[in-house]
Amino acid sequence: MTLAIVDYGSGNLRSVAKACERVVAEAGRRDLVSVTADPEAVARADRVILPGVGAFADCRSGLEALDGMIEALIEFAITRGGPFLGICVGMQLMAREGHEFGHHPGFDWIAGDVTALQPDDPALKIPHMGWNTLRVTGAAHPVFAGIEDGQHAYFVHSYQFTTDDPGHTLLQAGYGGPVTAAVGRDNLVGTQFHPEKSQALGLRLLGNFLGWTP
Amino acid sequence: MLKTRVIPCLDVNKGRVVKGVNFVDLVDAGDPVEQARVYDAAGADELCFLDITASHEDRETIFDVVARTAEQCFMPLTVGGGVRTTDDIRKLLLAGADKVSINTAAVKNPAFVREASEKFGAQCIVVAVDSKRVEDVDSKSGHEIFTHGGRNPTGIETISWCERMADYGAGEILLTSMDRDGTKGGFDLDLTRAVADAVPIPVIASGGVGTLDHLVAGVTEGHASAVLAASIFHFGTYSIGEAKAYMQDHGAPVRLD
Repeated sequence: MTLAIVDYGSGNLRSVAKACERVVAEAGRRDLVSVTADPEAVARADRVILPGVGAFADCRSGLEALDGMIEALIEFAITRGGPFLGICVGMQLMAREGHEFGHHPGFDWIAGDVTALQPDDPALKIPHMGWNTLRVTGAAHPVFAGIEDGQHAYFVHSYQFTTDDPGHTLLQAGYGGPVTAAVGRDNLVGTQFHPEKSQALGLRLLGNFLGWTP
Repeated sequence: MLKTRVIPCLDVNKGRVVKGVNFVDLVDAGDPVEQARVYDAAGADELCFLDITASHEDRETIFDVVARTAEQCFMPLTVGGGVRTTDDIRKLLLAGADKVSINTAAVKNPAFVREASEKFGAQCIVVAVDSKRVEDVDSKSGHEIFTHGGRNPTGIETISWCERMADYGAGEILLTSMDRDGTKGGFDLDLTRAVADAVPIPVIASGGVGTLDHLVAGVTEGHASAVLAASIFHFGTYSIGEAKAYMQDHGAPVRLD
């Protein structure tokens, strides 16, 4: 099995790859973890992770700069229905539109938009940065198996993905109001938090993703 | 709810820990990666490396340290010390750092912070501010920022500087009181609160921690989002676990799982 981590210059790439390699080794699996900028390798992979940090539009244009990459992601995730995990901005890109520094189109794979966090308490800092507790809001999902209410994950973001269908929001955190922590439908999942930085909880999630057959 | 972060800091010189955890069971106590693993296992919420390597030739060592740490520790890692160019930042991020902290270079050229934030995102740009109380300064705080480890005065008032840095796209302020650093007398709470209340971004309190009550006060009275300490953890005065359990019981909720 090959796990392709899409390389378009995102800063957290190495951490994601190392976390996946650790999970593969600990589970005694034989998956090949490849960090790749090659659209063909993405289209052919068995699983794909799209990392992402920084601004929505920058990530979008970083992907567009790789000729054929967005088409390859569509081929993999939509045409083939392969298991896809987006992390942070990689998750937000599945939305219809991102509203960070103007309005920018996402992939429109999961209906909803990415808008600025607006906590109801003005004393709350932006970015929402640090370890926050998770609440399971959606139906049980294999990728989030073993994750329970009250466990912590590491967040750092100023925008969030609000799904049109509340059923597509699988985990939430609270920060002056609800914050979307994970989304998903069918073969697509995404986390706003960083599994690669969330110690044991994050490694468990990545392990679940490697074993997931949607 | 979002928890207060407890961040141990390691001083690294030429790829070796200068002061660090004094644990007998470490094979190589001078190896930053081993120390990082200890803190990772102990439940630290983030880790900070301060590279104090003076010579330019030896500065490459930090990239290897960061890369090896990122292979083994799946927690946020901030690296500071000598970050001067966007190329420095890119190399640290690619090696596996999540954030970089910028100090002197921000004072020399504040636009560098804006450039770095636009290029890499505010989430990875920490501005480190070393502040000292000064006499006869007609300013909001009576505090001035210093560079070069507190040696060089700048004439810049601390709170307005932090506001400016937030405005330029810093994602976080690492605020160190030079008056308190190394004293074990506790954070400068007035300063910490003044900055934390003035800026919209998180503030990490640093400098002066000697007791666990100091950590609590940094949050409850200083309004800090995170607390950074070196000595109390390095010298084994308290473990990360003890610190977090104490904070949890005294009004500064932390992550315990």
